[in-house]
Amino acid sequence: MKIVIIDYGLGNLRSIEKAIEYIGASAIISKEIPVIDSADALVLPGVGAFRDAMMHFETLERVVKDAVSDGKPLLGICLGMQMLASESEEGGLHGGLDLVPGRVVRFPQSELKVPHMGWNSLVIKKDIPLLKGIKDGSFVYFVHSYHVSTEKKYRAAVCDYGVEFSAVITNKAGNVTGTQFHPEKSGEIGLRMLRNFVGMCD
Amino acid sequence: MLTKRIIPCLDVTLDREGGCVVKGVEFVDLREAGDPVSLAKRYNEQGADELVFLDITASHERRRTMIDVIERTADEVFIPLTVGGGISSTEAIKKILRAGADKVSVNTAAINNPGFVKEAADMFGSQCIVTAIDCRRNKNIKGNEDKTIIELEDGTPAWYEVVIYGGRKPMGIDTVRWAQKVESLGSGEILLTSMDRDGTKDGFDLPITRTLSELLDIPIIASGGAGNIGHMYDAFTKGKADAALAASIFHFGEYTVGDAKEYLREKGVPVRVQGF
Repeated sequence: MKIVIIDYGLGNLRSIEKAIEYIGASAIISKEIPVIDSADALVLPGVGAFRDAMMHFETLERVVKDAVSDGKPLLGICLGMQMLASESEEGGLHGGLDLVPGRVVRFPQSELKVPHMGWNSLVIKKDIPLLKGIKDGSFVYFVHSYHVSTEKKYRAAVCDYGVEFSAVITNKAGNVTGTQFHPEKSGEIGLRMLRNFVGMCD
Repeated sequence: MLTKRIIPCLDVTLDREGGCVVKGVEFVDLREAGDPVSLAKRYNEQGADELVFLDITASHERRRTMIDVIERTADEVFIPLTVGGGISSTEAIKKILRAGADKVSVNTAAINNPGFVKEAADMFGSQCIVTAIDCRRNKNIKGNEDKTIIELEDGTPAWYEVVIYGGRKPMGIDTVRWAQKVESLGSGEILLTSMDRDGTKDGFDLPITRTLSELLDIPIIASGGAGNIGHMYDAFTKGKADAALAASIFHFGEYTVGDAKEYLREKGVPVRVQGF
């Protein structure tokens, strides 16, 4: 089985690579179209700004979308989850990969600090493979100022931070999943989700 | 609900092969506390929310790399990791983040060149850049009317002066104003250490912690003085801190992180508990 972590020039990819290795699978970090094309499953990480990420991603969009239409599992993490949406309001309106219908919006002004940073608990809404064995109320680690606003049917888990926002989203077919939090930084719970993801690749 | 964070801090000195952890009493009289990687794993198992590594050899001795310690930790511990100590270039930050750290803390370099905070935040994102501020109470009000005067526990006034080199060098800078400045430059968090309290086990410095927590929009990590878990409760309630950092009470096994969380949870402070 071949898991490819897509490297589009931003962010720390080592943590997700090591977390996948730690659970006994292996991953390759690559930006090469043939390597991505030959993957059994893809991880789309992400730290930084939406527009920059999409710009760096431009040449890879086709091969990733083809993999998704072939039914291969894709996991988007943090900004990588936001990139799955149709569009984002961060730094002006910009188009996303449109794999899960929705719009990336900023947390509203309130007395709560933005970015939303730290451990917060999940409210699980849908029984999906990634969340197998994960208890309602499990804590995961978030760092973000924007979140994906989408229809209920695409929300597998939500989280409360002044507003109820999407913590885990999924597409209709179920092979595309996104986590707003960092599973690779969420201790045992996060590792369990990564094991579930690896299980989706079999 | 977003939880309050408990952060064990590992003061690492690299004078020995592989590095060892030490905790200083006011950063001077150093007591050894064990291997950093195994301590990091132990804290992770106990339910630590994050870990901080401070390279305490870095500022006043020859710069050495923490890269190996960071890599070995990040290969096995999957919670956020912050690294600080003598970081003064974006090149150094890049290496540390690549080794598996999630954040870096900057201190003296930011004071010498505030533009460094902005440059680093622009390049790596605000969430990566923690500004460490070491401060000390200054009761000399006369001639310092331009400073932010804060009422201490006993009702007397003081201002908090930024210090560097483990408290040995006062900078004449107002801590409150400096904190506001680094927030405006893009720092994502503040790690606030009171040198009046560091190593004393008398409890966190609540007046300055509360002042910054109320004034700033970025999270404040209270540091210096944790002697028992009641002090952590005070930091979150009276001090309104977002996170509490402690070293020796965890290193020497007086309390586990789990003990601290259980206590806080019973007292109604939102914390992440194990098993979820």
